[in-house]
Amino acid sequence: MTLPPLAAEKIFSLGSFPVTNAYINSTLAVLGVIVFAFFLSRGIKKYYSDNKAPKGVVNFFEGTLEFLLVYVDQVTQSRKKSLKFLPIVGALFFFILISNWMGLLPGTGSIGLWQMVNGKMELIPILRPANTDLNMTLSMAVFAVVVSHFFGIITIGFFKYLNKFIKLGDIYQALKSLKPVNILTAVIEFFVGLIEVFSEVAKMVSLSLRLFGNIFAGEVLLTVLAGLIAVAVPLPFMALELLVGFVQAIVFSLLALVYLVIATSEVHGHNEDHHKHDKQQAEQPSTH
Amino acid sequence: MSPESVKLIAKALAIAVGGISPALAIGKTGAKAMESIGRNPESADKLFVPMLLSMAFAEAIAIYALVVTFTL
Repeated sequence: MTLPPLAAEKIFSLGSFPVTNAYINSTLAVLGVIVFAFFLSRGIKKYYSDNKAPKGVVNFFEGTLEFLLVYVDQVTQSRKKSLKFLPIVGALFFFILISNWMGLLPGTGSIGLWQMVNGKMELIPILRPANTDLNMTLSMAVFAVVVSHFFGIITIGFFKYLNKFIKLGDIYQALKSLKPVNILTAVIEFFVGLIEVFSEVAKMVSLSLRLFGNIFAGEVLLTVLAGLIAVAVPLPFMALELLVGFVQAIVFSLLALVYLVIATSEVHGHNEDHHKHDKQQAEQPSTH
Repeated sequence: MSPESVKLIAKALAIAVGGISPALAIGKTGAKAMESIGRNPESADKLFVPMLLSMAFAEAIAIYALVVTFTL
């Protein structure tokens, strides 16, 4: 019995682009989501053009959307921001959830081609969970972090956003006030702001490795168990994989949401204007 | 000691030692959650999601150690 290797195996190539088994799975997940979304939007148009209350699958997804919006509201504290961020966070959540759960279907990891690898005949599976490829999780993590910077620049302006990292504005304010304590604090905060750039890299690394490690370890566990006793024993572990897939989807999308919210939040300087708080109070969501 | 055997020992130690702190962290989180549910049984529903989230974050550290083990 061979353990799945760390890197996803190439099945065939389209020109010079290698198609790996994890890529096949992720393409299937994307196609499934697109087809489903197409039929769902047709169902929505049918109900709303006749001005009727939705039933069945459309109703279920409306309920899911409401549920998700309440949770996203708890993090963003504003319905307007939740509606802006929900496409990104919801898409990440559903895609990761679907590709994690697709990895539990029978056939993943077992249907394959026999090929010579390093002088031995080994089974190369043609289906493998999409997130067992570090490229997949790394690209999603880079996307989440870059999009948070992008939204931050759009929301609070480029120079104010840059001021969060290279804190020149604070130094200027402190020099104007001519108090030594303020100047010292501003210089220290300047260096801390430079170190924050490294924490952005740490965010990308931790996001990708967390998802990759969990799903890959689950895949190795299921392969080893199926190799030992294939009949009843893998069942509780597959239930555990269901839970792990769900929790990891939640954690990834929640972290992406938190990074978005932190990036778009107003910077609180040392000389805070207190009337900004009144404006934020007026924006609180009316639901609770 | 040959390099292969040192590598084997390094792989085993990486996951063994790297699993200690996450296990402690998850245990502490669970214990505090149990304690507060015992003190206030109605808060069980509100506590479930944050507890699960903090356990997922603590577990990520063990996953980093596991990835090092697989890479070596």
